[in-house]
Amino acid sequence: MFLRHLFSTDHKVIGLLYGFTSLFFLLVGFALVVIMRWQLAYPGRTAWIAPEMYNGLGALHGTIMVFLGVVPLAVGAFGNYLVPLQIGAPDMSFPRINLASYWFYAAGGVIMLASFFAPGGAPMSGWTSYPPLADFAPSGQTFWLLGMLCLIFSSLLGALNFITTIVQLRAPGLTWFRLPFFVWAQFITAFLLLLAFPALQAAAVLQGMDRLAGTSFFLPSGLVVSGERVEVAGDGSVLLWQHLFWFLGHPEVYVLVLPAMGIIAEVITTNIRKPLWGYRLMVYSLFVLGFLSFIVWAHHMFLTGMGTTISAFFQATTMIISIPSVVILSALILALYGGSIRFNTPMLFALAFMPMFGLGGLTGLPLGLAATDIPLHDTNYVVGHFHYLVAPGTIFALFAGIYHWFPKITGRHMNETLGKIHFAGSLVAMNLIFFPMLLQGLAGVNRRLWDGGAAYQFAEPVLFMNTMMSHAAFLLGAFQIFFVVNLFMSITRGRAATTNPWEATTMEWATPTPPLAHGNFEEAPRAYRSPYEYSVPGMSADFVPQHVADHMATESRSHGA
Amino acid sequence: MDALPYTTTVRPDTGLTSPKLGIWLFLASEVMLFGSLFSAYVLLRSGAPVWPDQSATLSVPLATLNTVILISSSVTMVLAWAGAASGRLSRYRLFMGLTLLGGALFLVVKWIEYSDKFSHGLYPSTNNFLALYFTMTGLHAIHVIAGMVVNAYLIGPGARMWTKDHLRFTNRVEIAGIYWHFVDVVWIFLFPVLYLL
Repeated sequence: MFLRHLFSTDHKVIGLLYGFTSLFFLLVGFALVVIMRWQLAYPGRTAWIAPEMYNGLGALHGTIMVFLGVVPLAVGAFGNYLVPLQIGAPDMSFPRINLASYWFYAAGGVIMLASFFAPGGAPMSGWTSYPPLADFAPSGQTFWLLGMLCLIFSSLLGALNFITTIVQLRAPGLTWFRLPFFVWAQFITAFLLLLAFPALQAAAVLQGMDRLAGTSFFLPSGLVVSGERVEVAGDGSVLLWQHLFWFLGHPEVYVLVLPAMGIIAEVITTNIRKPLWGYRLMVYSLFVLGFLSFIVWAHHMFLTGMGTTISAFFQATTMIISIPSVVILSALILALYGGSIRFNTPMLFALAFMPMFGLGGLTGLPLGLAATDIPLHDTNYVVGHFHYLVAPGTIFALFAGIYHWFPKITGRHMNETLGKIHFAGSLVAMNLIFFPMLLQGLAGVNRRLWDGGAAYQFAEPVLFMNTMMSHAAFLLGAFQIFFVVNLFMSITRGRAATTNPWEATTMEWATPTPPLAHGNFEEAPRAYRSPYEYSVPGMSADFVPQHVADHMATESRSHGA
Repeated sequence: MDALPYTTTVRPDTGLTSPKLGIWLFLASEVMLFGSLFSAYVLLRSGAPVWPDQSATLSVPLATLNTVILISSSVTMVLAWAGAASGRLSRYRLFMGLTLLGGALFLVVKWIEYSDKFSHGLYPSTNNFLALYFTMTGLHAIHVIAGMVVNAYLIGPGARMWTKDHLRFTNRVEIAGIYWHFVDVVWIFLFPVLYLL
């Protein structure tokens, strides 16, 4: 029974496999950072957290959270489960490729975890694996490269599957501008994964050659390590790695963000009983975001001395890319105006997403301009900035999504009280962790210090925050217990849900609950209208589902009158 | 598993079958992969104080031979597809076999080139040009092998679909062909960049 699920080609089963695996990795990534925060609060008190160990924890926390936790949950789990349902399709276009994508992901995860036990320890060159350090790091780094190749291949298989599915398997009547915003977000995300990830694939191959075949792609001539001249051919370029890495790295940021925006759009429209404000504008903004995300990467490299002309170009594109992000966020906030808001758990997460994500975005502006980036680069300010985007931003959106679609997947509701405790605790704890990071960063504290900055006199005024931030991190962990208990308890014991408990309009709610194992829908659906027809004047109900025919909707109108 | 819609039939409003769209997307990703390596070549070469004389280091005649072999195998791949499409099994088998032979010959020539370099003490670690040469042609050779695995499947166990679902089988041959042509095209870029420029 269980084994059958591990090799099912049904997109829903694969989505759930992705979901549980990525939640597991989120937990692992969080556990790693709890150890790090313990070390930062009480440096030197725990002997086994040596500096090398700390570096390994940092590198794998980043890698696991981004590549094994958040992206697979946002794309692999939510995308897989919901995209075919929302477009009224029986499955993904290539079910077996879909399964292969999961197994490459799982293999990549196992290799990453195995790197802890590699001779010399875990990869310790940060999640960015900058050479020349990474070229000389112990063998854990080779595991990192191999794991990454698996993950990249997995996301390639997933991405081409998503695009093909959305292009080819939309239900009759579901024209492009009738697609739910979530589907649009997954569509653009898939293009980013498809076209940006190969750059890191190439970079990983080159770094692998440097490490295993003795090439010097990333090693300049005359390099001296630990007082000894390195015997390599030389003439390599460390900047080459950074260019290739960030050519992936920046679109990857939008891979983390766009599906979150998609989830938020779905949760908000359902819970304000209003259409999405500026739907078309938001879709166009997605296109602009997707395109621009390929030409902003060097704003991660202002300190490399690449020249003012190039810096100027990347500063300009970075400022421009903030416009579509602001358009989308503003549209989501404006949508609230005049809505009749339901404050259930998914909506609370969605409402918190907006200011938190906004804070993350605004703190990014100084990092996008070379003059202000130079003092802030590699400080805790950067860590605070992107954690605001990803933790109370994307991860809140993912929580919102889990609470929102749980009734469709299991036929039962999650517990509202536990959910609200989980929400309130997480919101407070996350702000207590990440806001002090911004302050510490402004004071100049470097982000990679094993002792949290105790060795530096200038860090002293902000050092006291470390203990408080760490305690907040432990508290955050404690509040996740409410989520885990709620998740597993509700599968069997939750309040029973109807097929469309939120009275939503998109087509995933047209399936039986849970959707049929083969083909999802009882009969192939057809789309008759735009995705968010809430509170249409003259209708008896305050929602008209996409799959309900016009004459049916009119009948209910005359019935209501 | 029931066949999903648009596996063999064209969706009217997009004008595509799903597998064809899928393979083109896959190749778009591959373009970015090899594109990244070509960018690395440009960046390293433009930054290098000296660059070896490429055509003196490598064997242009052998590479020319390999170019001819690979282009011919692309032609036989098309003929194999035409044989399958017209329902002539013997023609399909002949030309698919020749395509496989072309791939194998290409790898043999590549092997001769590699071992010649090694015997002269030229390794990836010797200089950045050779590092790029071995990495890029090595990755290309892996792609050739992958294509040969697919083609071998289509002439071997995969050919059972010939009678069971002929249209789908022909489409599979076409998809494998599109990939094979791509491998060919990559080589057509690799040849001048690594051997001639």
